Amino acid sequence: MSQTQAREKTDPPMQAIQPGERNRTLLAEIKKRSGTDFNRCYQCRACANGCPFVQAMDFPPNVVLRLLQYGMYQQVLECKTIWVCAGCHTCSSQCPMAIDIAGVMDTLRLLAVEQGVAIAKPNILDFHEEVLRSLEYYGRAHKLGIMWRYKVRTRRWFSDMDTGLKMLAKRKLDLRPSRVSAINEITDLFKCYWREAR
Amino acid sequence: MSNFEQLNFSYFPGCSLATTAAESNASMMKAARILGFNLIELEDWNCCGSSSAQTLCKNLALSMAARNLSLAPAGRPLVAMCPRCLHYLRHAQACLQKDPEIHRELEERWARPIPLDLEIIHFLEVLVRFGLDRLKQKIKRSLRGLRFVPYYGCSVFRPPDLERQKYYQGEMENILTVLGAESIVGAYTHRCCGSFLSATDPELVTPLVNEIIDSAVVAEAHCLVTACAMCQLNLEIRCSSQVKLPIFHFSEVLALALGAEDYEEWFIRHLVDPRPLLQKLYLVA
Repeated sequence: MSQTQAREKTDPPMQAIQPGERNRTLLAEIKKRSGTDFNRCYQCRACANGCPFVQAMDFPPNVVLRLLQYGMYQQVLECKTIWVCAGCHTCSSQCPMAIDIAGVMDTLRLLAVEQGVAIAKPNILDFHEEVLRSLEYYGRAHKLGIMWRYKVRTRRWFSDMDTGLKMLAKRKLDLRPSRVSAINEITDLFKCYWREAR
Repeated sequence: MSNFEQLNFSYFPGCSLATTAAESNASMMKAARILGFNLIELEDWNCCGSSSAQTLCKNLALSMAARNLSLAPAGRPLVAMCPRCLHYLRHAQACLQKDPEIHRELEERWARPIPLDLEIIHFLEVLVRFGLDRLKQKIKRSLRGLRFVPYYGCSVFRPPDLERQKYYQGEMENILTVLGAESIVGAYTHRCCGSFLSATDPELVTPLVNEIIDSAVVAEAHCLVTACAMCQLNLEIRCSSQVKLPIFHFSEVLALALGAEDYEEWFIRHLVDPRPLLQKLYLVA
């Protein structure tokens, strides 16, 4: 029995990889914005081994790079990985080919928002937007307000309540936000495209 | 209080030190005063942009950080304690150096100069560059017996676009060892604390934080000392291990060694009370 036949017997059939049409403009855009050439990746998996969050990802970082090399943008922009990545740069510092993988993830998140694709971890995008709302109003992050609005938005009312109460009891969450005086200088900055697009 | 020549610095607190980590701010200010460093808070500073602005709009992130640079008077370095703030401020400056057009546009927008040669440094660098002699003269309490894991987190020296700038690897150990404490090797010192995932996906962060704390327990450390206020918070609120170690802000341990007496105000804000440990070591009454 050949190896292929043996594998067919045990493994569930995998969807064949359909390399995407190589959209060279988008490819060049990702390279330019992230300032890194992901074509250098030869799948050593150092990034996947080092990433603290790999278990919560649908594709390990090396696979994201491989999908990009294949031109499979849709899968990449719609995956959880790019949102779970916290940008700690462990992967970038371990990559033997000096690919700034976290930089690529950063670029992909932006592209996903810009292109309006389905976001695989909508709660994380919700959180970032609530932080920005706080920054727009006050110029500074008002954490209690952010968490409150985030809970309203995601309807995760009771999850993690004990932590919030502990932080309140330790007076770590200020009730009143601190505000920048020249707030117009801040709100002017928020006339960015991403908000108009939504 | 101090017989040293006063050195002036601009100081960017950032949102964490202004709120959740007020104890880090207070203890750093205390230590700075004892050492003769005059930290002058940037007037009307705003958030550095944080990872949220970085995620959603690069222009917004750049201009938010740049506004802070436009508020900094020339002629004295800008000091930050939060590693992420430091990173975003430096990153913005690097962008403006590369792009004179945006630099000019932002200067015109606020009608203020944005100095491109402004030195942006971490508080650790202030200590190492200007404070080593002062430290030795001002030490009041020896930290002898305190076994600590230096926990840097991911931001103080990792971001690749700043790789040609100063890292701060080893500086916490250098300073705290001078003050008598014992640095423990073998625990996780740079593993990411979970950052914003601690707010959005706590169930994901808890096992990681437990690994970090457990590694310190196994290495027989008494505590962890962090360089980052967000790390400190995440390590405290997300640890579900049975043995919980106190997590100090670096500035707290520093100020304690320099004889600060208002430590009660800082330590009551901790979720893991560090006072029993310090009492056991006769560091506080």
